[in-house]
Amino acid sequence: MLPHILESAKLFYPELALTIAFCFVILAGLVTRNRIFTGLAGMAGVLAALYFVSVQAPVDGTAFSDMLAVDGFSRFFKIVILAATFIVQLFSLQSAELKSRAMGTAEYNALLTALALGMCLMAGASNMLMMYLALELTSITSYLLAGYTREAEDSAEAALKYVIYGAVASGMMLYGISIVYGLTGALDIYSVNQALGSGQVNLWTLILAGILITVGFGYKISAVPFHFWTPDVYEGAPVTITALLSVASKAAGFAMMIRFFRVTFADLIMGGQETGAWAMLGGFEWNEVLAVLAVLSMTLGNLVALWQNNLKRLLAYSSIAHAGYMLLGVVTMSPEGVSAVMIYFVVYLFMNLGAFYVVMLVADKTGSEEMSAYAGLGQRSPFIGVAMTIFLLSLTGIPPTAGFVGKLYIFSALIGAKMIGLVVIGALNSVVSLYYYVRILKNMFLKDAAPGGAVFGLSVPEVAMLLLLLVPTLLLGLYFGPLVEYAQASVSIFGIPR
Amino acid sequence: MHLPVPIEYYLALSAIMFITGVTGVLARRNAIVIFMSIELMLNSANLALVAFSTRMGNDAGQILVFFVMAVAAAEAAIGLAIVIALFRNRETVFVNDMNILKW
Repeated sequence: MLPHILESAKLFYPELALTIAFCFVILAGLVTRNRIFTGLAGMAGVLAALYFVSVQAPVDGTAFSDMLAVDGFSRFFKIVILAATFIVQLFSLQSAELKSRAMGTAEYNALLTALALGMCLMAGASNMLMMYLALELTSITSYLLAGYTREAEDSAEAALKYVIYGAVASGMMLYGISIVYGLTGALDIYSVNQALGSGQVNLWTLILAGILITVGFGYKISAVPFHFWTPDVYEGAPVTITALLSVASKAAGFAMMIRFFRVTFADLIMGGQETGAWAMLGGFEWNEVLAVLAVLSMTLGNLVALWQNNLKRLLAYSSIAHAGYMLLGVVTMSPEGVSAVMIYFVVYLFMNLGAFYVVMLVADKTGSEEMSAYAGLGQRSPFIGVAMTIFLLSLTGIPPTAGFVGKLYIFSALIGAKMIGLVVIGALNSVVSLYYYVRILKNMFLKDAAPGGAVFGLSVPEVAMLLLLLVPTLLLGLYFGPLVEYAQASVSIFGIPR
Repeated sequence: MHLPVPIEYYLALSAIMFITGVTGVLARRNAIVIFMSIELMLNSANLALVAFSTRMGNDAGQILVFFVMAVAAAEAAIGLAIVIALFRNRETVFVNDMNILKW
């Protein structure tokens, strides 16, 4: 047993680095109240984890008796998650909203590393026990962080709504897990798959269990109809946390969902010999369920975003719509679709964090997140105006920005899987989304600033941060070969013959 | 393994508990009662897991139950802490009154 644990620990260095950083930051908080010091210590932990992920040998394996899979797929998502966490930690150093709180900054920074740890575990979880635990670690730290500015009424309300929706969703998922366990007698998804493959399972019970488990995933990626918490939490939470939830926890949810559906319900022996697409066990096409979720998420997200006036709330609905586009990639149930989702996440990381960073800057300087605060922003601060324009065009998916590349690969995977109807719905939705993104642009450039609207400059770190997000958003739109190759090389999931 | 009570009884009780929990979450407006209903949902899953585990002579389910109990305690602690934070601002625990954020 001990040699096995030591062997597994070698695959576990990234998570260990995050754990050590968590303990260090929370202990340092007892000694020092220095916000910058604990922030930097947390960032060092995340950077160390990123380093350990990038130097891992490119072989697939599992750790701790099949609890965690360490493969190309989980490494890719860990890099996305850790990069997003790192960028949000940089935001946190600058955020005026957090500076105003003297208390508990060490706890904030410690919880950020714990959140990163939970999300990394979600990306690799290959046992339903681990899936549940990782989901809860992520969720519980997110509840705390969403309510971090608890003196603000909206932050505490957001946290309460989040904890109620989250607990219900994970309770449903747990009930689904208990049914799957009853049907198959196993918790790790490889044994579950084998038991399902033997064919002595009641299909309707399995469908019920699968749908209950999908509730847990749907809540984490905020897909309609499990999205009700999203707008409220995104609006009420500190901007930094909203930014992190919109990218990293969505990525972790997608990673866990893709692995679960790919391993548990796919026919691993016979499936995909000719086409490369996954064949489903037992004659139930799970991707049709996901297709319904995708279409609902895109359509509802985009339509409701049309009449939002709070930018955080608008971006919340936009993130629901983006979850819909990414679900389309999963619906194809093919390696092309999965690599398209991975490409989309890298692109989404830069453009969405960029948009939230602009929201944070404007909120810090004007004290408002409303659309009216953006009136005349293009004249008051041209650089912010131009940066926001590029982020929003990229979110719409207009070339030559990175968002176009993300959508292109999703749609071409769908065409490869002969799902033309979904391509049409996705394209129509992109057109709808153009309307509300352009509404912000119209406010920034065509409206005059309200009298007394301050002209504000940017400090050097703020310009550097904007450039850090802006350059990849443009560069990945023009030169995306390496990203695509890396994503396509990383679709290997442990236990799946390629 | 032989169970003195047939497994169907356990599963029926577990299903009733789960449905009671879901109904409680949907119907009650007091945040603390909602948390109690959530506990009921988690415990219904625990009951099902333990029953299956004993029936099949497989320990994995019972181990999961230990973790679920720990997680449920953590979640209840966080949930009640948030309710207290909100009560200090608003002097209410009714979710109907939590309406600053809405479309």
